[in-house]
Amino acid sequence: MNDLLQDYLPLAVFLGVAMAIGLALLVAPFVVAYRRPDPEKLSAYECGFNAFDDARMKFDVRFYLVAILFIIFDLEVSFLFPWAVAFGELGWFGFWSMMVFLAVLTVGFAYEWKKGALEWD
Amino acid sequence: MDQAFDLPGLYPVLPEIALVGGAMALLMLAAFGGARAAGASNWLAIVVLGLAAVLVVATGTGKYEAFAGSFVLDDFARFMKIVTLVGSAAAILLAQESVGDQARGQYEYSVLILLSTAGMMVMISAADLIALYLGLELMSLALYVIAASERDSLRSSEAGLKYFVLGALSSGMLLYGSSLVYGFSGTVGFAGIARALAGGDSGIGLTIGLVFIFAGLCFKVSAVPFHMWTPDVYEGAPTYVTAFFAAAPKVAAMAVFMRTATNAFAPIVVQWQQIIVFVAIASMALGAFAAIGQTNIKRLMAYSSIGHMGFALVGLSAATPEGLQGVAIYMAIYMAMTLGAFACILAMRRADGAVEQIADLAGLARRSPTVAFFLAMLLFSLAGIPPLAGFFAKFYVFLAAIKAGLYALAVIGVITSVIGAYYYLLIIKVMYFDEPAPAFEPMRGELRMVLGVSGLFVLLFFIYPRPVVEAAALAAKSLF
Repeated sequence: MNDLLQDYLPLAVFLGVAMAIGLALLVAPFVVAYRRPDPEKLSAYECGFNAFDDARMKFDVRFYLVAILFIIFDLEVSFLFPWAVAFGELGWFGFWSMMVFLAVLTVGFAYEWKKGALEWD
Repeated sequence: MDQAFDLPGLYPVLPEIALVGGAMALLMLAAFGGARAAGASNWLAIVVLGLAAVLVVATGTGKYEAFAGSFVLDDFARFMKIVTLVGSAAAILLAQESVGDQARGQYEYSVLILLSTAGMMVMISAADLIALYLGLELMSLALYVIAASERDSLRSSEAGLKYFVLGALSSGMLLYGSSLVYGFSGTVGFAGIARALAGGDSGIGLTIGLVFIFAGLCFKVSAVPFHMWTPDVYEGAPTYVTAFFAAAPKVAAMAVFMRTATNAFAPIVVQWQQIIVFVAIASMALGAFAAIGQTNIKRLMAYSSIGHMGFALVGLSAATPEGLQGVAIYMAIYMAMTLGAFACILAMRRADGAVEQIADLAGLARRSPTVAFFLAMLLFSLAGIPPLAGFFAKFYVFLAAIKAGLYALAVIGVITSVIGAYYYLLIIKVMYFDEPAPAFEPMRGELRMVLGVSGLFVLLFFIYPRPVVEAAALAAKSLF
C-alpha cells in the first residue's frame, strides 16, 4: 500500500507548490497593489468604447449542438488513435469492440441527422 | 497461439446486449419509420424488456462472470433484474397515453427508458467499482433527460436541472470514494477490496472511501441526508416520469448498495453498519414527519418513498442473509405498491388537465368505487397494515433487525411506521368521507391494468407468498 502511495509523492509535491504559488498570486495584490478606483476603471471594457449591452445575451441553441457534436467526434478520433497504434496486439476482440463503438456512434449520428440538428436554418 | 476468435464469453451479458441493441434499433425505426413506427415504440419497448427478462430467466441458476470478473450474474442479480424489468415495463405502460397526448411523437421516452434500464442491469451485476460507475452513469444520464422531457414546462426543466446538478455532485462523491478505495486497496474489484480489508492493512483511508461511496449510493436511493432533490424532482417532473423514478431506479440502486456493502466491504461490517443504521433511522423519521404537511400528492409520494427506503435499509443494516432477503422482498413489494399508487395519480385528470392535490381526491369512493377501493388497499399496504403485502415487507426487515440484535432500530422503525400511517389514512379519509370534488375523466385501459395487477398482488400476497420469499432467499444467499 505504501509503495503505491509513494509513487504519487511527486504529485502531492506538485499540488502543494501549485497551491502555494496560486495563493501567493491571489493574496499579493491585496497587500501590495496601488488602488485608486474611478467609474471608468470599474466599467466593463469593450475595445475602447462603451459596452453595447449586457454580457449575458442569448445564444442560438444551434451553437451548443455544433459544439456538442464537435466534442463527440473529437473524442472519437482521440480514442481511435491509440487503438490504431495498438491494433496489432489487440486481435479480433479489439477490432470488434471498436466496430461496436463506431456503430453506436453512427446510430446516434443518424438520429440527430434525421432530427434536423445539422441544418443551420 | 492463434488468438483470432478468442472473444470473451458474453453469455451472462446477453440481456444487457439485447436491451441496448433493442434501444438502438427502436431509435432508428422510430426516427426513420414515420409516425406509425413512432406510435408503436412504447409497445416495442415493452417487447424488448420482455425479451431481456426471458434471457435473464433463461440463464437458469448458478453464478457466471464476464469481463474478467467485473460483471457477475448470480441469483441475486436475476431476482433484482426481473423486478427492475417489470418496473420499467409498467412505467412505459403508465406513460402510454400521456406521452401520445402531446402529439409530439415522443418515442425518445421509451428509448431512454430502455437505455436507463440497461444501466440499472449493469449496476445490479457490477462486481467492481468501474462497472458500478458505468452502470450508474448510464442510468442517471438517461434519467436526467427524462426528468426534463417536457421542455416547455418550467417545472419539468427545473426538475431536470436540479436532478442533474445534484446527481453530478453525488457521482463526484462516489468517484472520489472509489479513488480512495483504489488507492488504499490497490484494486477496484469487490473481491480484491474485501481481501485487502481482511488483510488488516485497511487504515482510515479505506473507511473514508467507504463513506464517500455510501454517500453517493444514498443519493441514488434518496436516503436522508441525501434526499433533498427527491420532493422537488418528483413534483416537477411529468407524473408518468415520476412513476418511473419511484420504481425501477430505486430497486437497482438498492441492489447495488446491497452488493457493494456485502461483497466489497464485508470485513468492516461494524463500520458501515453504523452508517446504515443512522441513515435508516433518519430516512424513516423524515419520511414519516415531513409527509404530514403535504398537500400535493406527488410530493407526498416523494416523502413516502424516502421513508420506504429507510425501512428497506433496516434490512441491509442487519447485514445477514435474512436481512438482505428482507430488503429484496421489500423492494419487490414497494415497487408493486408504488406503481399501483401512481396509476391512480395518473388517472387524476379533468377535462382541463391533470390535477395533483390531495383535496382533488375528495369523495372518490362515491365517484368511482373500484378505483377508490384499490387505492385504499395500496395506501393501507404502504402504511404496513396486515394482511396486505406492505405488512410482510416490513415484517421481514424488522425480524431480521431483531435477530441481528438491533432492537432500538426495529422499535424506532415500528414507531415511525405508525406515525407514517397517519397521512396514508388521511388520504383514505378524504376519499371516503369528504364531500365529492368534481369527477375525473375515465381511467384509461393501461392504467386500469397496472392498478389491477398491483392491487391484486398487494391484496393476495399473503395467500401465496412463497415464490417471492423463496426467490428472495436464494438471491440473498448468493451474496454471501
